[in-house]
Amino acid sequence: MLTRSWTILPRTYRDSATLMRLSAEVSARPGIRQAVAVMGTENNLANLAAAGLVGEDAWQAGPADLVLVVEAECPDAARDALQVLRAGLVSARRQAFAQAGEALPLTLESAARRLPGANLVLISVPGEYAAAEATRALHLGMDVFLFSDNVPMEQEIELKMLASRLNRLVMGPDCGTAIIDGIPLGFANRVRRGSIGIAGAAGTGIQEATCIIHRAGLGISHAYGTGGRDLDDRVGGITMLRALELLGQDPDTRVVLVIAKSAGVNTTRVIQERAAFLGKPVVLVLLGAGDQAPCPAGVSLAVTLEEGAREAAALALGTPVPEPDTSPAKARMRPGGRWIRGLFSGGTLCTEAATVLGPYLGEFSRSWPARKHALVDLGDDIYTRGRPHPMIDPGLRNQWIQEQAREPDVGIILLDVVLGYGSHPDPAGAVAAAIARLPTGDRPCFIASVCGTAEDPQGLEAQESKLKEAGVLVQPTAAAAARLAARALGGAI
Amino acid sequence: MSGIRVINVGLGTFLPALLDHDIPVLDVDFTVPGSGDERTLQLLKETLPYYGQVRAANERAVAALVMGQAQAVRVLPARAVLPDLEDRVILHAGPPLTWERACGPVRGAVMGAVMYEGWATTPEEAAGLVARGHVRLSPCHHHGAVGPMAGVISPSMPVWVVEDQDGRRASATLNEGLGKVLRFGAYSPEVLARLRWIQDVLGPAIDRGLVERKGIDVKSILSRALHMGDEGHNRNVAATSLLVRQLAPALAATSAGTVLGEVLAFLAGNDHFFLNLSMAAAKLAADAAAGVPWSTIVTCMSRNGTDFGLRISAMPDRWFTAPAPAVQGLYFPGYGPADANPDLGDSAITEVAGLGGTAMATAPAIAQFVGGTPGDGVRTTIEMREITSGENPSYSIPALDFSPVPCGFDTLLICRTGITPVINTGIAHREAGMGQVGAGLVRAPLAPFVNALDSFVQMIKKGEFQDVAES
Repeated sequence: MLTRSWTILPRTYRDSATLMRLSAEVSARPGIRQAVAVMGTENNLANLAAAGLVGEDAWQAGPADLVLVVEAECPDAARDALQVLRAGLVSARRQAFAQAGEALPLTLESAARRLPGANLVLISVPGEYAAAEATRALHLGMDVFLFSDNVPMEQEIELKMLASRLNRLVMGPDCGTAIIDGIPLGFANRVRRGSIGIAGAAGTGIQEATCIIHRAGLGISHAYGTGGRDLDDRVGGITMLRALELLGQDPDTRVVLVIAKSAGVNTTRVIQERAAFLGKPVVLVLLGAGDQAPCPAGVSLAVTLEEGAREAAALALGTPVPEPDTSPAKARMRPGGRWIRGLFSGGTLCTEAATVLGPYLGEFSRSWPARKHALVDLGDDIYTRGRPHPMIDPGLRNQWIQEQAREPDVGIILLDVVLGYGSHPDPAGAVAAAIARLPTGDRPCFIASVCGTAEDPQGLEAQESKLKEAGVLVQPTAAAAARLAARALGGAI
Repeated sequence: MSGIRVINVGLGTFLPALLDHDIPVLDVDFTVPGSGDERTLQLLKETLPYYGQVRAANERAVAALVMGQAQAVRVLPARAVLPDLEDRVILHAGPPLTWERACGPVRGAVMGAVMYEGWATTPEEAAGLVARGHVRLSPCHHHGAVGPMAGVISPSMPVWVVEDQDGRRASATLNEGLGKVLRFGAYSPEVLARLRWIQDVLGPAIDRGLVERKGIDVKSILSRALHMGDEGHNRNVAATSLLVRQLAPALAATSAGTVLGEVLAFLAGNDHFFLNLSMAAAKLAADAAAGVPWSTIVTCMSRNGTDFGLRISAMPDRWFTAPAPAVQGLYFPGYGPADANPDLGDSAITEVAGLGGTAMATAPAIAQFVGGTPGDGVRTTIEMREITSGENPSYSIPALDFSPVPCGFDTLLICRTGITPVINTGIAHREAGMGQVGAGLVRAPLAPFVNALDSFVQMIKKGEFQDVAES
């Protein structure tokens, strides 16, 4: 006899990633057919009603309320599951917090009163509410790390103009990574402090560059993220220019690395001009850019993250830094396989691979479905709608690994594994598990790079070992992994 | 060592990195603004470009709300002190009201006051005069005054005169005590006789005492009373005791034996005597905060038993109303919710100034009215911090490490969070003349705050506020 039980938690918000994870956890409990925790939007309620999970009285829930629904084999199980859902909601918010007992502030204003001198706010609420929070934060005297995406372009411009006027920094929207004063924000790795400052429009691009610099024995002063659209000519690189100004003034920063992606022509020119007058050596990585106009004196150009990071390290060190894969490994296509399929969790690492490998592939696809070569960013909006990013939840990519590996004409599967704060606690283990489920014998060749450091919570060495034990050819950088794949195609690289 | 101090709004995913590095971090329990209501969301969005102006204006309004003095200087007849008080006008609590819509207790109190003034001899005759417009009704708030419950003030009634350092004044009647009293709509001969005694004996005696003492500092009594279990609205026993202690020598010096005995006996029997002074001081503060362009700070909340009404600083003359809500509370033996009149009285002005529900943590005894614990009182005060944009340094809370009471309800914060002010209050019987039947607390309705925000946005669009400097 099935029992359905549900409840409304008024004025309670949790992000969809948390709710989906919790729903999945509780659904897996014995005696539970289905457990759902969703915000009470019209759409969600309609879905619940259509599934017969709630009655008409559920419509009293509003979009700001949380709805918990359980379908169980007996009333006791249903009641227990509802309790677990409730407890999960609390712990999801508090697991990092020891401040039990005291109610959390409900608004930025009251938080600012309770934490005097607060100077930075991290915002990751849904895009439609994000700009308002950021605007208030700027007025309250804080810099902003804006992780939220889906913030309209005109709001981004308004926000950044306001920040300019108030002499503040807005990193984002859609900013994934930054390191301020040595403190990792968002998806970021544990790297030592040092003399290289970074301003980057690409999240995993900053991660890859900081890790390469760290592994070369150098360190990072600050790494500012700008968000992916900052260099669009409509925005004009407002945040990038502010970050350059900060790095220019910062006495700890001796060399500046700029990571540009999808930069507009005018904005690129402005950044180059500004970089030339910074008074410090600047390395400019123009990702995915074709032929470039000559750069002004004092600014070095690079087309890959690896090259840019090495150049910045060399400038800081005063001697050249060698390529990380000086004794190249060999990779061989699976017998009968012809195609390379890159399945990336980091968007910029996908771009890096395309830059290095592209010339050897000829034609290749950047999205699905693909019948020949393909390099796909699984963190793209089209794959993450309604589900967590693959750096947090490897489920989607594991499924793809399984499917691709079973296609006999897929010769090489190229992967990235991103460590650091914010990422999955064991991403290499997840890849290894997906490979372990494949039939033995006839498998494609797996090539992967691990973006991380020995100091990261997941540990670089342990993660690399897990991949190697699963038969993956592990390379130190995404560029090196792409080169290895290119050599398997016969490229002399 | 890093100097960053972080507030997180949204995912908990990013907290471990900060905690690992011993960075001070505070997590906001984000909720969807405006409870997801489309109209509220739109209004909030339209105010966003002016956030800096509004914030600066609100800082000014809150400063005015909390910084002023409140010195009780005289007790004089209403007609001698209240501005714009014409003859044959009866003042009442709450937003403007017609006789037809008036609730039982207000009708009873108005009839009683008309008879007290000698304009009629029977309740029917009194009702007829008001119904035909021969006696007019006007809100206390339009005359620099406030009154508890029905809040009725007529020209002959003695009122407190409370003054700030700029000579601004506010007034309230003298509290009649509990039981059958005018403010709960009772108008029997004994009620009117007591009003005459207040007019002839009590008022003049206290006035002589105040003159002798050169006034009494109302805020200093309040700040001490809040450390003695009062919250300045529904519990006034500590403040009343402090007031009487300060007044007694001056009364003894200026009143003859019989009068002195009667006056002291009356004061000794009335735990709520200080309430009206608390209200007058709060009204004085609120009026000082009214009229700041761009400010969304609430400068008045009041109920007439039919409507709840509020006003905000930027639009000092506009009322925003909704039906008066029912009070949640405890009833005297023999009474229940069916006997209760909807919420009534100007006394919510105390919450506006950071007293009453806002200061709930100071008065554990009050929590019992809603079957709560002292912890509930603390939680109420903490919740009120979420919708106030400042604090009142004059009043501190022992149970919260002597932190100041939250003060200055901000319409924007109320609309964003959907949390409305908690108001401590008495419960009047719905029929005229029956008196008080209980006490408890009530939440201000949300709708008038949203309507106030709507009008505020319209005024911005019409360019009615001059540009001012941002914070």
